Amino acid sequence: MRFRLTLAAASILFFTRDCLASQSTLDPQGPQAEHLARLFWIFTGVCTFVWVAVMIVLLAALIRRKAERPDPLQLEPATERRSAAVVGGAVVATLLTVVALTALSYLSQRQLFAREKPAVTIKVTGLQWWWDVRYETDSPDQTVTTANEIYVPVGEPVTVKLAANDVIHSFWVPSLFGKQDLIPGQENEIQFKASRPGVYRGQCAEFCGWQHAHMGLLVVALPSPLFQQWMKLQSAPAAPPQDPIRKKGAEIFESKACIMCHTVRGTSAGSRVGPDLTHFGSRQSIASATLPMSRGNIAAWVVDPQGIKPGVNMPNVSIAPEELDPLVSYLAGLQ
Amino acid sequence: MKHRSVHDVSQLPTYGFGSISPIWWGTLGFVALEGTGFALAAGAYLYLWQVNGQWPIAAVPPNHWPGTAMLILLLASLWPNAMADRAARDEHLGRVRLWLIVMTVLGFVAVGIRFWEFAHLNVRWDSNAYGSITWFVLGLHAVHLITDLGDTVVLAALMFTRHVTGKRYSDVSDNAFYWYFVVASWVPLYAMLYGIPRL
Amino acid sequence: MTVSDATARDDLRDTHLGDAELHARLTRTWRTGSGWIERLSSVDHKVVGRRYIITAFVFLCLGGLSAVAMRLQLARPEAKLLGPDLYNQLFTMHGTTMMFLFAVPVMEAFAVYLVPLMLGTRNIAFPRLNAFSYWVYLFGGIFLWASFMLKIGPDAGWFAYVPLSGPDYSPGKRVDVWAQMITFTEVSALAVAIEIIVTVFKQRAPGMTLDRIPLFVWSMLVMSFLIIFAMPAVMVASTMLILDRLVGTHFFNPAEGGDSLLWQHLFWFFGHPEVYIIFIPATGMVSSIIVAFARRPMFGQLPLVLSLIAVGFLSFGLWVHHMFTTGLPQLGASFFTASSMLIAVPNGIQIFCWLATLWDGRPVFKTPLLFVLGFFFIFVIGGLSGVMVASVPLDAQVHDTYFVVAHFHYVLIGGAVFPLIGAVYFWFPKITGRMMSERLGKWNFWLAFVGFNVAFFPMHILGVQGMPRRVYTYLPEMGWGPLNLLSSAGALILFISFVLLLINVITSLSRGRLAGDNPWDAGTLEWATTSPPAPYNFSRIPFVTHREPLWDNRERLPVVTGLSVDSREVVSGTLTEAYPELRESSPEPSIWPLLAAIAVAGTFLGSIFTPWAVVWGSIPVAITLTGWFWPKGTPEDEK
Repeated sequence: MRFRLTLAAASILFFTRDCLASQSTLDPQGPQAEHLARLFWIFTGVCTFVWVAVMIVLLAALIRRKAERPDPLQLEPATERRSAAVVGGAVVATLLTVVALTALSYLSQRQLFAREKPAVTIKVTGLQWWWDVRYETDSPDQTVTTANEIYVPVGEPVTVKLAANDVIHSFWVPSLFGKQDLIPGQENEIQFKASRPGVYRGQCAEFCGWQHAHMGLLVVALPSPLFQQWMKLQSAPAAPPQDPIRKKGAEIFESKACIMCHTVRGTSAGSRVGPDLTHFGSRQSIASATLPMSRGNIAAWVVDPQGIKPGVNMPNVSIAPEELDPLVSYLAGLQ
Repeated sequence: MKHRSVHDVSQLPTYGFGSISPIWWGTLGFVALEGTGFALAAGAYLYLWQVNGQWPIAAVPPNHWPGTAMLILLLASLWPNAMADRAARDEHLGRVRLWLIVMTVLGFVAVGIRFWEFAHLNVRWDSNAYGSITWFVLGLHAVHLITDLGDTVVLAALMFTRHVTGKRYSDVSDNAFYWYFVVASWVPLYAMLYGIPRL
Repeated sequence: MTVSDATARDDLRDTHLGDAELHARLTRTWRTGSGWIERLSSVDHKVVGRRYIITAFVFLCLGGLSAVAMRLQLARPEAKLLGPDLYNQLFTMHGTTMMFLFAVPVMEAFAVYLVPLMLGTRNIAFPRLNAFSYWVYLFGGIFLWASFMLKIGPDAGWFAYVPLSGPDYSPGKRVDVWAQMITFTEVSALAVAIEIIVTVFKQRAPGMTLDRIPLFVWSMLVMSFLIIFAMPAVMVASTMLILDRLVGTHFFNPAEGGDSLLWQHLFWFFGHPEVYIIFIPATGMVSSIIVAFARRPMFGQLPLVLSLIAVGFLSFGLWVHHMFTTGLPQLGASFFTASSMLIAVPNGIQIFCWLATLWDGRPVFKTPLLFVLGFFFIFVIGGLSGVMVASVPLDAQVHDTYFVVAHFHYVLIGGAVFPLIGAVYFWFPKITGRMMSERLGKWNFWLAFVGFNVAFFPMHILGVQGMPRRVYTYLPEMGWGPLNLLSSAGALILFISFVLLLINVITSLSRGRLAGDNPWDAGTLEWATTSPPAPYNFSRIPFVTHREPLWDNRERLPVVTGLSVDSREVVSGTLTEAYPELRESSPEPSIWPLLAAIAVAGTFLGSIFTPWAVVWGSIPVAITLTGWFWPKGTPEDEK
């Protein structure tokens, strides 16, 4: 079953537009983002029109040559009156435009921030510099805890509750919705829908320290039955390793500093300082959507996190060359 | 460029009182900016009050007697302050010296009461946000009290030197103006600091 | 109220003196000496104003170099030029320097230099406070940059959001340096604001009724009011931050009843008016230049003045638009959308009146006007992208992205820096007595215009393509590389244009064509005196009959007589009519402002290490302030 799921996920990746997930507001993949993109183009159109109009008037004012006036104070009342009328008209036009845009904005706001009953509720907690993801489910033995990746069912409303444990972060997946901040001491909430299966990239959008630039996340939208399958898989603890290499890797993992920060459900590693690694190998990326998932990247990250993300809270742990391959196999096998 | 004289100002005086005095306007400017500071600090107090379910936070309300004593003292000081102002406008040296000394003494008593207030707030500045903002607001007002006292002391000293001129009387009047602000700003702050925790 | 006895004694007045003797006596009375102590004691607004301008441009240079370093790092994805720590310090230094050490001080600097001249008076109000404010500003700026050089420079952004800037997540003194630098610059700015208001209210030349006040002066007056009501907010906030970090208060600690959003409210209550503090004076510069180069009085003087005041008021009602993504109630947020869009109306009125003036005028295409034209092109784009970010839902996408970076650089560089450079070309002749090179000026303009647009327009696109702000690098797969490279190239061109400006200034100082009193044939009073002005500004105080005094009185300048020539005197008048009511004495040079600034600087510096510094520091502060105000028996003190 795991094999089937991986195949399904792989085929989604194969069929999405880019090899890397989209992170553009102009590439909307959900109804909220589509609405926002339309709003963006309407505003851009109106504003461009206004700017062009002002530039034309400016150009005309510069090109037309009036006769030299020996006394600068000599003004013609007719010209002054005409200018007053035109300026007055322009002011009225500005006011009407502003009112119209405000109304448009307000109506969009009401529609976009309206809530319906969610199919899935996820609590995302921002930490320096990763995302803790917990699915709220009915029964405690079905808790799904992961990090840096959110799986959602296609076409259904998803509520994400936003909290922060240290500093202010901001949850932003441009192709799905606008951003919302994660503020310590406060719980915020957004709701969005993904229209199509795919992988959508997001990034922290509030300066949060050294590795703000590399605090990415992925939203993976799966058709509902596949999503349910994924939930079931994720709620299970890690299966004990069967082959000797992975067994050795598990020993290395549990004897080094790793267990000081990480949880692998089903083992003695239970710390919540760093991301939950129970199903680490099934993820699309490593280190908050900074590196694509692969054996080589797992090795690189584990050996030198400070080199890839200087200042990150994961220290460089010394791993002997002969320990690296089993450890990587163990981690990659946490499907 | 050649000049064409249209008006002569030689007979104008060199100092004045109230809005004729540029220093009066400078004082008004300081009142505006410091008043804004008070308003914002009070705004922060009200904001934190509104954000917290319980207020005071883990403390009993401050003992209001020191604050009330301050209120009474400051309101009572309005009369000698007005006397100092009147004496200055009359340019009567003897009365100016008298009332400046009275205001100096009252100022020192007020500063003493302010220390007493701090000692009876029933919360520390580092206990929680309620303690922090209470100390902050009271501290802001204390700074104004102390600086105006300093101003008054220097002016009082000056009135005993050879530098007593028309302009000094104008300075005394402007200093009295500033004291009105110190008193007026205490009234709403007193109500807030001692009243809101008791709601 | 007694008339001063001095009239009866040997107090010589300017009424009957010939030009040569008048000039000689007034120069002796008003001059700043050439010795070290005299120069440090100067209270001449022109001397202080020049120092302010030069210092502000030095900080512009430092802020600009930070930006160049940032753009070099961002030119390529995952570049290894700057690590995250240094980058975070650089973008903090860039924003902090530009906003606190350059943009506001340079506008105040032009006010300090030009407002007394435009008003027809001899010095600014409270000249010693003026000197003091310069020293405090200088010390604050040195404090910040010295800290950066010593690797304790701030790194939490120019806006220093808590909890990141709080004691838990920014250990050490870095953020304390930032917060205290704020105190330096705000004390300085507030002092200058009060001086400007009192100068404009009380020291206008007789006859300069409200409708005859130049638009430049109106803009500086509105700026000063904004400073008075906005800057206390950032002082309160930064003081609270230092207290949280130093003595354990909990203003911003949610675990003990504090709130992170309190910081944002206080900071942006200041922060939004701050950008108008920068922009409104620039509109005054635009107005002056347009009137002079369109060769006609401004169309719509009254609507323009009312618009300036309206913008000033409205600017206090916008601040929440910086907080649209923090989870505030929707209805409240949308009110701020309405107010943020509404401010486009008075800003639009200004633009339409300027266009009407140019339409009916006969434009002279010299460098100052070119920069004003560049202002129109760039600022209107910025204003319109501002209308876009004012919308709550749209802002949800573009907030904290390079779109916003593009927006505010378009309004700040287009709306303030372009007019500022135009102002430099326009008033350099008055300040130095020499013209700047027109040829270099045109090269300056075109490089600045092209460089700016190439640097910043692509950022709009990068923002909507998903690139957030304040990132030291980005992944190659995002596809943001090419536009970032283009932007960095533009930044270099823009930087070169500033180098050209510097070259033009330096070479013109010694080789520029002599300017004469009024090279542009402009109408306002600063052009009625010599270039550079004599220490006393005007040998007799002008009497004003028109909004453009020099266009109304081309043959002879109407003046008032009767001021003393052997002691420093200015005319003080009523608020609306400028009817003379006092011969106000203006303070002589004094070393106390510098000493007081040193005492204040020492207190501020010490207070980031211990709260007791405030207690101990208050002693030298009290001593120097007393020395400052203690009369010295000179005629100016005694009258």
